[in-house]
Amino acid sequence: MTQPSALRHEAQALAGALPALLAEADRLAGALALGEHGRKRAGQGADFWQYRPAVPGDTLSAIDWRRSARSDAPFVREREWQGAQGVTFWVDQSRSMQFQGAPAYPSKAGRAAVLALALASLLLKGGERIALEGAGPARSGRAQIAPFARALLAPQPAEYGAPTLTGAAPHGRAVILSDFLGDLAPLQAALAGASDRGLRGIVMQVLDPVEEAFPFAGRTLFRSMGGGTALETQDAGDLRARYLARLSARKAELAQLSGALGWHFMTHHTGGPALPALLWARAALGGDASRGSRAG
Amino acid sequence: MMPGALAFTQPAILLALAALPVLWLVLRAVPPAARRQRFAAVRLLLGLNDAARQADHTPWWLLALRTLAIAAAITGLAGPVLNPAPQAAGNGPLLIVMDASWAEAPDWAARQDLLAPLLEAAARQARPLALIRLTDPPQMPQFRAAQGLTGHTAPPAAFAPSGMAAWALALPPGDFATLWLSDGLDHPGRAALHAALAARGAVQVLEPRRDLLALAPASMKDGAVSLRLLRPFAGPPAVHSVIARGPDPAGTERDLARISVPFAAGAVQANAALSLPPELRNRLTRFEIQDHASAGAVSLTDDRLKRRKVAILPEGGPREGLTLLDQTHFLTRALSPSADLVAGNLTAVLQAGPDVIILADIARLSPAETESLTAFVTRGGLLLRFAGPRLAAIDPVAAAQDDPLLPVRLRAGGREIGGAMSWGDPRPLAPFAQGSPFHGLPVPPDVTVSRQVLAEPGPDLAEASIAALADGTPLVTRKLLGAGQIVLFHVSANAEWSSLPLSGLFVQMLERLAVTAGAGPAQTGGLEGRVWRPLRVLDASGGLISGEDLPGLDGALLAKARAEGPFDRALPGLYADGARVLALNVVGDDTRLRPALWPAGTKVDTGDAAPALALKGALLAGALALLLADVLCALWLSGRLFALRALPLALLAALCLPAPPGQGQSGDALAIAATEGVVLAYVRSGEPSLDALSLAGLRGLSDRLSERTAVEPLEPMAVDIETDELAFYPFLYWPIRPGQPLPSPAAYDRLNAFLRSGGMILFDTRDGDLPSFGPASPEAETLRALALGLDAPALGPVPQGHILTRSFYLIDRFPGRHDSPALWVEAALQDPQAADGPALPPQNDGVTPLVIGGNDWASAWATDEWGVALYPIGRGEAGERQREAAVRFGINLIMHVLTGNYKSDQVHVPALLDRLGQ
Repeated sequence: MTQPSALRHEAQALAGALPALLAEADRLAGALALGEHGRKRAGQGADFWQYRPAVPGDTLSAIDWRRSARSDAPFVREREWQGAQGVTFWVDQSRSMQFQGAPAYPSKAGRAAVLALALASLLLKGGERIALEGAGPARSGRAQIAPFARALLAPQPAEYGAPTLTGAAPHGRAVILSDFLGDLAPLQAALAGASDRGLRGIVMQVLDPVEEAFPFAGRTLFRSMGGGTALETQDAGDLRARYLARLSARKAELAQLSGALGWHFMTHHTGGPALPALLWARAALGGDASRGSRAG
Repeated sequence: MMPGALAFTQPAILLALAALPVLWLVLRAVPPAARRQRFAAVRLLLGLNDAARQADHTPWWLLALRTLAIAAAITGLAGPVLNPAPQAAGNGPLLIVMDASWAEAPDWAARQDLLAPLLEAAARQARPLALIRLTDPPQMPQFRAAQGLTGHTAPPAAFAPSGMAAWALALPPGDFATLWLSDGLDHPGRAALHAALAARGAVQVLEPRRDLLALAPASMKDGAVSLRLLRPFAGPPAVHSVIARGPDPAGTERDLARISVPFAAGAVQANAALSLPPELRNRLTRFEIQDHASAGAVSLTDDRLKRRKVAILPEGGPREGLTLLDQTHFLTRALSPSADLVAGNLTAVLQAGPDVIILADIARLSPAETESLTAFVTRGGLLLRFAGPRLAAIDPVAAAQDDPLLPVRLRAGGREIGGAMSWGDPRPLAPFAQGSPFHGLPVPPDVTVSRQVLAEPGPDLAEASIAALADGTPLVTRKLLGAGQIVLFHVSANAEWSSLPLSGLFVQMLERLAVTAGAGPAQTGGLEGRVWRPLRVLDASGGLISGEDLPGLDGALLAKARAEGPFDRALPGLYADGARVLALNVVGDDTRLRPALWPAGTKVDTGDAAPALALKGALLAGALALLLADVLCALWLSGRLFALRALPLALLAALCLPAPPGQGQSGDALAIAATEGVVLAYVRSGEPSLDALSLAGLRGLSDRLSERTAVEPLEPMAVDIETDELAFYPFLYWPIRPGQPLPSPAAYDRLNAFLRSGGMILFDTRDGDLPSFGPASPEAETLRALALGLDAPALGPVPQGHILTRSFYLIDRFPGRHDSPALWVEAALQDPQAADGPALPPQNDGVTPLVIGGNDWASAWATDEWGVALYPIGRGEAGERQREAAVRFGINLIMHVLTGNYKSDQVHVPALLDRLGQ
C-alpha cells in the first residue's frame, strides 16, 4: 500500500528530476542547428491552410468550387505543407530499463528519456507535432514539452516493455526507444500494425555497457530487475561467450525486423555520449528512408 | 624436560578438536553463497547451462582451510607453551638451593623470573619451602609455608660459594626434594653437597646456560698491560670488549681505553695486551668486560699496574769513580724494573711530577731547592734520602739551623763499627717493630751495617725510627710532612756502608715505602700482621660501594682471600694499608673457570637455552589469517573478489605502502627560493583575505626597502608554522585572527628556535583603533593564548630612545593604519640612557625577538603590484603622512632585525664627538 507521503516524496523526486532532464534535453537539442524548415506555408498536406484567388496557371482542378460559388472570383483552396504527419514516441520506462551497470553511467531509462525529450524538443522547434503513445494525440507548440516529459516519466511496473503504436496517427512517424531485452513478439506486432497504417520511424535499442561486456565471473545468481526471472550459474564467466552470441543475434534480429519494414534501427550505449544518437535519430526521422540501420 | 616440549595451560579445550569432523561435514554441505546480481538481460541467459556443473558443495581445499583455521583457534585457546618452564618435582617439602654467586649477577632478574613460577606453584600446592644461599655462612634452614619465604630476591654475593661441604652438614632433617639453582661453575664441595641432598630426595638442578665471562687481574708484561679473559665453556670464537676505566685529570670517571679480546674457537682463555702511556696507566682503577655486569667481569687494579715516577737526583758534580761505588747505582738497579726513573736537576724533575724524589747523599740544598722540595712533600710526595760521606760531614751546630728535610737531627760524623780502626763487629738489623711499615719483613741475618749517621737523641727519636739496628740505633727514620713524608736511610745507598743495598730486603723495604709498585704474588707473604682498611668493595654486579663502614681486614684473611678467592668476610674490593693499595679481585691469578660437573643421572635444566614460548598469540593470529584467507577465497569463488571496485585492495595497499614522502621536492625548492636573498615572510592565518593583505603589505614594505635602503628583499613568502622551516627568514609578520588555532608543540619548538636564533616576529593584533581600556579585544585574547607557548622574554613598552626609533629613520611613533602608541618589545635590561650601568649582554645582538602592537601595519604598507596603495589611511594629506610614518617604522624594523644594535651606537655619537674634542 502506497502511503500518501511516500507518493508525494516520489513525485517530488520525479518533479525534481524533470527540470534537469528538460535542461539536458534542451542542451542536447540546442547542439543541433536547425536547417531551413519553413513549414508554416502552403504546400502538400492534409490540413486546410487558406483560400486564395485563383491566378493564371492554376489548374482547373485546384479551384475550390464551393468557395468560388460564394463570390464572383474563383478561389483556390490551399493546404498546409506538412513535412511530417506528427511523431509518436514510445519510450520504454519498464523495470528492465532501470538497469544501471555502473554509477558512472546513466540508467537506460534515463538516457532513453533524455534522448526522447531532446528529439521531441527539436521536433517541436521545427514545428512538428509530437505525441507520446497512449498520452493523447500529437500536438505542436513549445508548450507541449512539459506534458510530454511528465507523461514520459510515468513509471511502468512491467518487467519488460511491450511497444504499442496503436494511438499513432496513420502516415506519421514513430520513435521506439527500448532495450528490447524482453520478448520481441509485441515489437513485431506493433511494427507490423504500424507499417500497415503507413507509419515509418526509428527503432533505437538503448543498452548498458555492462550488458554488452558481461563482466561477471564465478557463482552468480542473476535476477531480473523486477525479480521475476532468475538464473543461477556456477561460473558466470563461462556463460559470457554464449550470452554475447545471443545478444548479437538479438540485435541482428531487431535490425532485420526493422529493415524489412523500412524502419531504421540503431543500438545506443549509455556509456557513450547521447549526441550522436540524437543526430542519427534526427537524420533518420527527417531524411529519406533509404538509410540503413547502423549502430553508434 | 626435552627441548621442544609442548604443554598446554588449558588442555581441556583441546577436547573441542573432537568436534572438527562434524564441522567438516557441516561446512562441506554448505557451499559458498552465490553472488546476487541484478541483470536486465537475464532473459537472454535463460536456458544457458553451466558447461561443467560443479558439485554443489564446498571445494575440499576451502574446507581444509576452514578446518585448519578452527583447529588453530582451538589449539591457540588451549594455551600451548613451547618449552614450558620447569616444574619442581615431588610434592613434599622443597628445599631451594641457590648458589647466589657473582656468576649469577648478569642474569639475576632472569633467574628470578625462572624461580618465581616454581615458587608460586609450590605455594599453590601448599608445599613447605626452605631456602639456602650457598654464599651465606652455613645455618640450618627451617621449612615453612611458601608465603613466608624470603631471601630469594636479595642480590647475589660478590664472591663464589666456598662452604658447600659445610652446608652438607647443615641440612634440615627429614626427606625433601631439592631444587638447585646453580650458577654453572664448579665450586669446591659441590659433589659432596649434591650427594647429601640426593640422599634426602630428588634433586633437580636449574642451570641456565649463558655466556659467562670473567676477567683475570691485569698484570704488567713487557711494558704493556696484559689482560686475560676466562670462560667456562670452550665455545665458538667470540670477541669481547674490555674497558679500562679511571679518573680523568678532572677526577671524573671515564673510559680510558678499550680493547677487543678475541676468544679462539675452543679456547677457554683469551689474552690481549693493552699498551698505555704511563700517565694513563697510572690512572687506571678498573677493567671491566663490556655488557657483562658481574663482579667477576671486573678487575680492580692496585699498585701492581702503577709505575711510579721516581726521580733520582745525581750527586753534585762529575765524579770519577767506579760505577759500583756510585751512590745511585743500586737504586737505579732496584727501581728500574718497576718504576719510571726520571733524571735531571731538581727543577727539571719537579716539572715531571714524580711520586718519589731520592736524594742520595746530597747534603746541601739551596733555600730555593729546600722550599720546592718542602712543597713537593707537603703535596704528598715522598722524599727519600740516603746518608753518605757528605751528609755525615755536615756539622749541625755550624749549620746553625736544622735541615727541614731531615727527619731527625744528625750528629756530625756518624759512627763506624766493625771497621779496621774500630772495635766491635758490623751490626745486624733488629726485627722490625710493630707499627713500622716494614713490620713483617723477614730480616736476613747477613745484612750488616758498618757505618751510619747517627741521630741526635731526642724525645721523638723513637717515634721517628722505623727500623733499627740490633743495638737499637735508628737505621731508618721518618717524618711526616703535610700529605707526604720524608724518610732517611742512615746508611748510604751503595754497599760502602752496609750490605743492605745488596740484599733483597732493600727492595722489599723500598716497596713497603711505596717507592716501587709491582708487588707480585710472591709478596703476599708480607700481608700478615697488618690490618687492611677497605676502601671500596665490589657488589655482585661489579659496582663499587664505599668500604668506609666496613671493619678492617686482617692481613692473614686478606692473604687467604687472595689465594683462595674472596669469601664473606673478605669481600672483593680495594684495601689500603698506608700508601699501599691492594686489590682483591673475584678472579685471582690462578682462578680457572670450570663448568659445574653433576653426577650422572642428575636432572639438569638449562632453562633459558630454549625460553618458554607461549604459542597462543601466534596460533590465534594464524587462525585469524586463515579466516581472512578464507574470506578472500570465498570472494574469489563467488567471483566478487575483483568486483569490489578494488577499493579494499587499494585500502590495503595504502596501509602497506609507506606514507608518500611529503613535499620534499617543494620543500627544497622553497628553501632555495627563501635563501636567494632577504625574504620577508608572513604567517598564514588561514583566512584568504587576511593572507592577501599580509602579502600585499609585505610586498609594499619590500618595495619601499628596495627603493630607500640597501636591503632589497625578494618577493614575500607565506609560511605555515606547522610545516615550514622558519630558519630561512629573518622576520615574520603574524597578523592575529580571532579564533586562530594554536600551533602544535612541534611548531612551538620551531618558533622558539627561530626566536632564539635571532628571528623576529611582529604580532599585529590589528585592533589599535579600539580603546586600550576595557576588556581585551578577541585578537588580544587570541594573542595571549598563542604567546603562552612561546619562549618569550619579558616585554615592555618601547622605551624612549629605543633602537627601533633610530635604526634608519628617526621616528617617535609607530603608526600603521591605526596610530596607537602602544608597541611592546623585549624589556630593556637597563635604561639605555645609562649606558655605563652593569647589564647582561643582550642575546642576539640586542634584537628584540617579539614586537607586539595593534596598528594593522600591513594595511598601511599594502600596495598592489604597480606600487599603488591598496587601502586608504586617515584623511587627505594627514593620512598620507601617516602612511609614510608607517613605512618608516617598517624600514626601521627590518633594519633593526638585520643590523642588530649596530645603529644603537648613534646613542653614543654625542659622547664620542665630545670626547674627540671638536
